[in-house]
Amino acid sequence: MALRPDLAIIADAVPSSARVLDVGCGDGELMEALRAKGVDARGLEIDPANVTAAIARGQSVVQGDANRDLADYPGDAFDYAILSQTLQTTERPDLVVDELLRIAPRAFVSFPNFAHWRVRLSLLWTGRMPMTRLLPVAWYETPNIHHVTVSDFRDLVRTKGIKVERVWHLSGDKPASDAAASWRAEHAIFLISRAS
Amino acid sequence: MASALHQIVHQSVTIPATLPLDSGQSLPSVTIAWQSYGALNADRSNAVLLCHALTGDQYVASDHPATGKPGWWARMVGPGKPIDTDRFHVICANVLGSCMGSSGPATPDPVTGAPLGMAFPVITIGDMVRAQAMLLDHLGIARLHAVVGGSMGGMQTLAWAANYPQRLERALVIASAARHSAQNIAFHEVGRQAIMADPDWQDGQYYGSARAPTKGLAVARMAAHITYLSEAGLTEKFGRRLQARDIKSFGFDADFQIESYLRHQGLAFTDRFDANAYLYITRAMDYFDLADPHDGRLAGAFAGAKEVRFTLVSFDTDWLYPTAESRRIVQALQSVGAAASFVELSAPYGHDSFLLDVPALDRLVAGALGSGF
Repeated sequence: MALRPDLAIIADAVPSSARVLDVGCGDGELMEALRAKGVDARGLEIDPANVTAAIARGQSVVQGDANRDLADYPGDAFDYAILSQTLQTTERPDLVVDELLRIAPRAFVSFPNFAHWRVRLSLLWTGRMPMTRLLPVAWYETPNIHHVTVSDFRDLVRTKGIKVERVWHLSGDKPASDAAASWRAEHAIFLISRAS
Repeated sequence: MASALHQIVHQSVTIPATLPLDSGQSLPSVTIAWQSYGALNADRSNAVLLCHALTGDQYVASDHPATGKPGWWARMVGPGKPIDTDRFHVICANVLGSCMGSSGPATPDPVTGAPLGMAFPVITIGDMVRAQAMLLDHLGIARLHAVVGGSMGGMQTLAWAANYPQRLERALVIASAARHSAQNIAFHEVGRQAIMADPDWQDGQYYGSARAPTKGLAVARMAAHITYLSEAGLTEKFGRRLQARDIKSFGFDADFQIESYLRHQGLAFTDRFDANAYLYITRAMDYFDLADPHDGRLAGAFAGAKEVRFTLVSFDTDWLYPTAESRRIVQALQSVGAAASFVELSAPYGHDSFLLDVPALDRLVAGALGSGF
């Protein structure tokens, strides 16, 4: 099965022989792609069924919660930390970003853009919390407790003095132009690094 | 029945080398009984060492010579099973101090020829592992594909990783801990006191007599058996149901099914286990604390084990070796940068879950050994 487009971008961008922690690694799909290219990939995942599936695939995955258990990793334990489609589910996304850049000098962070035009229109016209392809769950049961936009994330990293090394915008699983990304990107992948 | 137990002939080797012990004492030579399953490959790289639990033995996947029952992990070990003997050469040695053919308290004194009894030195988990390493040297196996163990077997597996990190590629630790807690020690002490309070124990020199402390050993087993199960599991299996009667007897018969079950478990245990061995092995577990030689820092024990791939599994209903103990090990491994996997599985059977039908465990074990299942 083909890798999800945002994961494919990350898998492509991680240099082989890097040490990587995939936070919220699911059943190890991205880790498998990373290991195939020689990356030393490890995972943290909250759902025991996913952890079991990943370990059964031969991956190194620890059951744990990104909100708490990143603290167990020593500083600079990895070259890259990856947080894909998970930021908006964390209790304190700002602190999670701090943790990512403590355990690794660089981090990939991807999230659905809540300012995409479909989300905006849906909210504007229906007056109800949007349900879209990337946000398919009703407001009362969604795990996404901190919706975030591309601009919000840029503000956050600017405030923290974090460097944005590269950004990929995706729309309909295809690359979207950076122009008007705030409207047009369905989701975004940021490669960020510590303030030098 | 200890005498009948000690009549059984086991496959074993006596290694004529001194075994130094953590207590400072030593054994002048050591006898180790073991079983193996599956063929060793030409470059001797497919050996998997299984470490058994407190009352386990080397008969992992073959019928028990005393009880005739199937091996304790027959569901896990065999051709096409999660620990696949078509791929792996699986070795399990009876631990030092036990009663299934390895050196222990029933071993004869080299001078008098009488069983050592309590003159056998107190041993530790580290000593058990040192003896296993001697067996592997004898078998010509320098490096193991994996060491695997549940409960006390997990302690040995951790000790392997700490003491011989260069000799194993993978460590799979199930329902275990890196130290014995006060609660663990407390339960063991109840068991030991039950044995030693039995007048038939005779200060441990019962081997030649017609009496053996079967009552004490049975009570020890009854108490321990409760700790292996979960409250919910007991309730589901027995509830408050009465045993073979419709009304309470208002006496001290085994009115309740759970009483009858425990009495049976206790008594059956004495057919296959030696009371002194129970004393020695529980003591070894109580002394176990991997962090102890490292000023209480568990990470210190794994400083040399960065290249070992660890998998740890706990069970949500196991209150004897709870998930927090596995997490503590994972944290120590992460702090030294070792590749560690950990998952808490949901199973209703308490500590004993690792021996029972938990399909997710099968997949994990196969995955941890580097084979899909």
